[in-house]
Amino acid sequence: MALTEKTRAEMREIMARYPQARSGLLPMLHLVQSEEGYVTPEGIEMCAAELGITAAEVTGVVTFYTMYKRRAMGKHHVGVCTNSLCAIMGGDAIFAQLKDHLGVGNDQTTPDGQITLEHIECQAACDFAPVLTIDWEFFDNQTPGSAIDLMNDLIANREVKSTRGPVITSWRDNERLFAGFADGKVNEGPAAGEASLLGLKLAKERGDSIPANPGADA
Amino acid sequence: MATITPVLTAYWDEPDAFTYAGYTRHNGYQASRKALTTMQPEDVIQTVKDSGLRGRGGAGFPTGMKWGFIPQGDNKPHYFVVNADESEPGTCKDIPLMMANPHVLVEGVIIGAYAIRSNHAFIYIRGEVPHVLRRVQAAVAEAYANGELGKNIHGSGYDLELTVHAGAGAYICGEETALLDSLEGYRGQPRLRPPFPAVAGLYACPTVVNNVESVASVPSIIANGIEWFGKFGTEKSKGFTLYSLSGHVKNPGQIEAPLGITLRELLDLAGGMREGSTLKFWTPGGSSTPILTADHLDVPLDYESVAEAGSMLGTKALQIFDQTTSVVRCVLRWTEFYKHESCGKCTPCREGTWWLQQIMERIEQGKGTEEDIEKLLDLCDNIMGRSFCALGDGATSPITSAIEYFRDEFIAGTHTPAWELFPYEASALFAGANA
Repeated sequence: MALTEKTRAEMREIMARYPQARSGLLPMLHLVQSEEGYVTPEGIEMCAAELGITAAEVTGVVTFYTMYKRRAMGKHHVGVCTNSLCAIMGGDAIFAQLKDHLGVGNDQTTPDGQITLEHIECQAACDFAPVLTIDWEFFDNQTPGSAIDLMNDLIANREVKSTRGPVITSWRDNERLFAGFADGKVNEGPAAGEASLLGLKLAKERGDSIPANPGADA
Repeated sequence: MATITPVLTAYWDEPDAFTYAGYTRHNGYQASRKALTTMQPEDVIQTVKDSGLRGRGGAGFPTGMKWGFIPQGDNKPHYFVVNADESEPGTCKDIPLMMANPHVLVEGVIIGAYAIRSNHAFIYIRGEVPHVLRRVQAAVAEAYANGELGKNIHGSGYDLELTVHAGAGAYICGEETALLDSLEGYRGQPRLRPPFPAVAGLYACPTVVNNVESVASVPSIIANGIEWFGKFGTEKSKGFTLYSLSGHVKNPGQIEAPLGITLRELLDLAGGMREGSTLKFWTPGGSSTPILTADHLDVPLDYESVAEAGSMLGTKALQIFDQTTSVVRCVLRWTEFYKHESCGKCTPCREGTWWLQQIMERIEQGKGTEEDIEKLLDLCDNIMGRSFCALGDGATSPITSAIEYFRDEFIAGTHTPAWELFPYEASALFAGANA
């Protein structure tokens, strides 16, 4: 894959969002990943040229951040949270069974190029534990069985929908979103998941008076 | 009986809660209009100071005071930055808030930026949450389209640009100076302070960095006043906040309640522990806050009381673990996290977390030595307070507190693997989980 002048134009669009162009580097690297499937040497060169810095300076940034990948990724990125809480609630078992089912180790891609599996850190969804992500979208309250079903659906290109988000397309599509380009999927999924509504539902059931607030109908 | 006070969460159950229409149906953006058209910036700062609002991101620093540190009349650009890099293990409040009600954050940004005379604000969101990013991007676009952002907002003469920025997966970027380096397009490593961001922050200009929930709490204060806000909470910890319950409770989730509620009350609300289980240990505010035990069920969860109990209120991320859980396993996994996320800038944290992990690993495997506990404590002593930023300190909290309360389990780690002492299957939510 070669980067095009369209990519260069979009990089400049990103740079223009900031008072200083270099602030655009992180989203520019996300854009490179969406175009190339990982951070390629060519992508690094283009970022460096646009920002007037060296390729080494760009590379120094790339290696710092976990979301930037230095080799070709599968169509989908599957992350299993194995930070303490998710691990204990079953995340360790889910990760072990997915490795076994897919025949890959951590940070490896299935031979058909469909899935790159990685264990990931806390995703800020602890009240939905155990959690996994597909292309970084939330899949809440997982079990080994539900996770394996999801993998089979991904491999067979069947529709897979996030529990609190959109229908899955690809890791690269979401990398474009991280670069700051909206994808029109904002209305998919609920406003809030069940666990997020725990207190609100209790307050309504118990008849707690909801305090006046700027959202309150005067 | 404890009260629940849904303010930020009040309309999360409405299907269009995240849209401009949904937000303005409940008088959204009235507070920012009020501030911009009827209040002077210094009056806004004074109101937030007087309200007693304290930072909800962990440290609990008074929000209004932070704003007051911004020099005025200095002819430099000022920047208002929202720290939406929620990554502290256990912490899960800002993500649902931004997903369900991104407009309350945008409205808070408008008020805060106006108060510190900033014309460009940023929301730095951790990268790994695409759907949250969509919701915030769309909210900002809608706010522009409706004249809440942009030039001469509602005829006030005030201009504000708001840029949404996605990170790329680095816990350290939740540290405010590391966040600023990252936002400038560099490796996210913390900066030496002083100078503080209020003097030399983004692009070396005066900058406020506030947590999502802190900023989102501002519109209700401006709209309803400080007396209203002071009706909730305690003398020194005023207001309401999001408590996030996770782990071995019957109904995990978010409960918005006045500061000072206890874990016992929150557990009651969450239906108690899961079937047949008893509380063993918990974190009051994420993995960096020293763990507490069942002895602390009645500690009021406000800034002062939790500190008195030897921990920190932190992010109010209540991770609840029952009697099936190996504290060694749990702490090891946090230690691995800190080692992975250490930015490498300072030696105590970079090297120390590396050694901590190795020792914790062999204790989990039942291969610890008699010296290991003292070695852990010695290492922690050399990291705590000697690291460049709070990440290093945070790495020591789970270890030192776990040894304080569960030393026997660490001693057992000299002869018996943790998975034999506490079969891991028993902790999981489903059967057959002997990973």
